[in-house]
Amino acid sequence: MPAGKGPSLIQRYEGLPIMIVFVLLLALFMYMAPQVFLQPFIYTTFLSTLPPLLLLAVGLTFVIGAGEIDLSFPAVISFSGFVFAILFKEYDLGWLAVIAALASGVLVGLVNGIIIAKVGIPSFIATLGTQFFWFGMATVLSEGKSYALRGAEESSVWKWIVGRPFADSETVWISQVPIQALWTLIIVIFLWFILNRHRFGEHVLFIGDSNQVSRVLGVDVEREKIKVFTLMGTLAAVAAIMLTLENKNFFGNQGQGYLLTAIASVLIGGTSIFGGRATVIGTVFGAIIILMIEPALVAAGLTGAWVRTVQGLVFLISIIFYLYMDEPQRRTAFFERMGLRREFGGGSADRRGAPAKTAGEPRT
Amino acid sequence: MSETAVAPRSDEGFDSIVRLEGVQKFFGPIQALKDISLAIGRNEIVGLIGDNGAGKSTLIKVMTGVLAPTSGRIFIRNKEIDLTDYSVRMAHDLSIETVYQDKSLAEKQPLWRNFFVGRQIVNRFGFIDIKKEKQIADQILKGAIGFRSAGITVDSTVSNLSGGERQGIAIGRAMHYNADLIILDEPTVALAVAEVRKVLDFVRRIKSGGRACIYIEHNLAHVHEVADRLIVLDRGRIVSEIKPKDMSVTELTEYLIDLQHGT
Repeated sequence: MPAGKGPSLIQRYEGLPIMIVFVLLLALFMYMAPQVFLQPFIYTTFLSTLPPLLLLAVGLTFVIGAGEIDLSFPAVISFSGFVFAILFKEYDLGWLAVIAALASGVLVGLVNGIIIAKVGIPSFIATLGTQFFWFGMATVLSEGKSYALRGAEESSVWKWIVGRPFADSETVWISQVPIQALWTLIIVIFLWFILNRHRFGEHVLFIGDSNQVSRVLGVDVEREKIKVFTLMGTLAAVAAIMLTLENKNFFGNQGQGYLLTAIASVLIGGTSIFGGRATVIGTVFGAIIILMIEPALVAAGLTGAWVRTVQGLVFLISIIFYLYMDEPQRRTAFFERMGLRREFGGGSADRRGAPAKTAGEPRT
Repeated sequence: MSETAVAPRSDEGFDSIVRLEGVQKFFGPIQALKDISLAIGRNEIVGLIGDNGAGKSTLIKVMTGVLAPTSGRIFIRNKEIDLTDYSVRMAHDLSIETVYQDKSLAEKQPLWRNFFVGRQIVNRFGFIDIKKEKQIADQILKGAIGFRSAGITVDSTVSNLSGGERQGIAIGRAMHYNADLIILDEPTVALAVAEVRKVLDFVRRIKSGGRACIYIEHNLAHVHEVADRLIVLDRGRIVSEIKPKDMSVTELTEYLIDLQHGT
């Protein structure tokens, strides 16, 4: 890579490192477990399990890109899922149940945004609090019960949101392709455009870079933050509806598994934990990788209990990787601490540093 | 302490770009600005000097809509501003641009986004015309700022630029928006000597472009070199106005030291 002030390779091709990792991992899995990864069924299963995770992760890409965090979305999965399930099942409201569930997600996000932007509570604490609150609300209102949505597949809601458009196909795996994959794809592409091409997305990244600079440049920081959290709440509600319909069941803990996986998807994808840089494409591949780990481990003969461990490990490795790749000064400091000064990593990124020694040169 | 409030000079039309009358600013019980009245005319570089905490930055923030004054009136081109909805965006619309020390550019973003954020060129759905923004940014970079070499392009991220280059970018941006008044908040702080030279040249370009400039500076030599007049702030109050040609840098330094001890 030529030295200079132009964009680095990673900045030029969004999500490049994670795509390479994805291809390598997929090849590895195909080699290790051909009976799973060379069959189409695993991929059709992904198409129904990926959408909720992906919607959450893309929403979080905006939140983390803005230098904030949202821990309340698992509670939205519970709360909005409950709102949807009870209105759909007990009151038979159909599409109104969908609208009410979406509205509940908007409400949770809006409240988060106001607490964070207007009241000024750090998002980590604010959403930790609202996570307990909404999760508690879902538990209280549902009285801890779960709702089985038997017969839901007869409804137009089910057909349009999580239906199987090719159910008549003779090929089994095609007949199982779920329509929510299409909706999710459309939403994700739309949000890619918003982040990269829209005024709002630009504001999100500038806010993530520095609230103060953004304010000086005329960005309404408070308003944009409220929008970011509202977007997150809304996407979590969409995920909740899809999840509840897909499982044809609501239960109070249905959001719990998503906290780690959604945050991990975003950070594995290359969005900066410090905000200011975010990539939707990276998040998509991050989410797929996180999801692939489970069948891969099971196929390798490990129990499901290993899944979280490995996901956590991948998560940590990728954060450290990005940290040292993105921030040359941290990398330099790290190598200095390890007594390896300038032997690695004295690349083009830190052009103002002392001239890098060649690796073979004897140290004094 | 001599109380020379700088009265607005009312010659003809609007010769003052910004005029403040009796502006006060409190932060809780602390009074940061006491009865500030001043006018900034066209085509002049006004140096704003004073010790740390004298209220220089607060004054600038009030003038540019970042902070609302507690009381007082602000006129821009002789028209009084409704302070309840005065904002940075409105100051931009009124052709006032500010270059804050270290706070004018977002580090991780490319230059072209830094030029346009807050007033993007968008279609009616709010989507940015990236091609056009980059093209204009390129013109600013090569024209107004004069970065021709050094490998800086509109896609460069700010974090890869030196301190002087950053100030150049920020000043160039302000000039692009045809600002009548450009406010510089310690642009040479923490810069190497050669970089300071560049920045002072940028400041002179502002004036030769027929615009006014308020220049806040700690380094008296720098501000003495480029300013047409100097306004001295002390503990939230304007205490005097000095023409650099009447006083050498040494005399000015002594005057300011006396000011600190004289109360």
